[in-house]
Amino acid sequence: MSILHTVNKSPFDRNSLESCVRLAAKGGAVLMIEDGVYGAMKGTSKSEVVSNAMNDLTFYVLGPDLKARGVDESKLIDGIKVVDYNGFVNLTVENDKVQSWL
Amino acid sequence: MSETKQFMYVNRKAPYGTIYAWESLEVVLIGAAFEQDVRLAFVDDGVYQLCKGQDTTGLGIKNFSATYKALGDYDVNKIYIEKESLDARGLTLDDLMPLVYEDENDDWAEKDSIKVVSSQEMAELFEQSDVLFNF
Repeated sequence: MSILHTVNKSPFDRNSLESCVRLAAKGGAVLMIEDGVYGAMKGTSKSEVVSNAMNDLTFYVLGPDLKARGVDESKLIDGIKVVDYNGFVNLTVENDKVQSWL
Repeated sequence: MSETKQFMYVNRKAPYGTIYAWESLEVVLIGAAFEQDVRLAFVDDGVYQLCKGQDTTGLGIKNFSATYKALGDYDVNKIYIEKESLDARGLTLDDLMPLVYEDENDDWAEKDSIKVVSSQEMAELFEQSDVLFNF
């Protein structure tokens, strides 16, 4: 039983990413979309939220949302996987259910 | 009706600033009417939804906090509150409305619907659910 968690808010604006990481069980997947993609960047005051959780959770970020915001993939925290819309669909199929951290 | 599913409604927003809390309550009652196994989780600002003493007369909008007390009558009696969210806001169980139900399997004894759980226990409850609704 695994959950795909989606986070669509910037971690500098809301606590969605932090709550997701706190309440996600080990083995879950986290996909950052829309303004949530800012949570995937390295060297920020929130980068540790992701890097500290990488042993327990797998992190993904939606490529088109990164591109739209001018965030180059070289600025991402190491280990985060970039997916396209097909990858998003695959993640929803691979996991039993989706939890969207609005 | 096919098999019963376990529905978990996750509430993360305070009651009057946005429509989320009220909408969640409506959907919960609909789910309960279809005799699904309904559970409610309150985390983050969602815990403010259950605070005692809400009075919206000065706002001219409906005070829907009394509706939570009716949930037991709709067989919605599994209400989980994350302890870490209460602690972060300086709240304890005493600050919340008591929510109870009558247990038909125990001579209609009145029992507490609310259970305070840790983040880890909450994560397990999410895993065990068939469907998650986020508000």
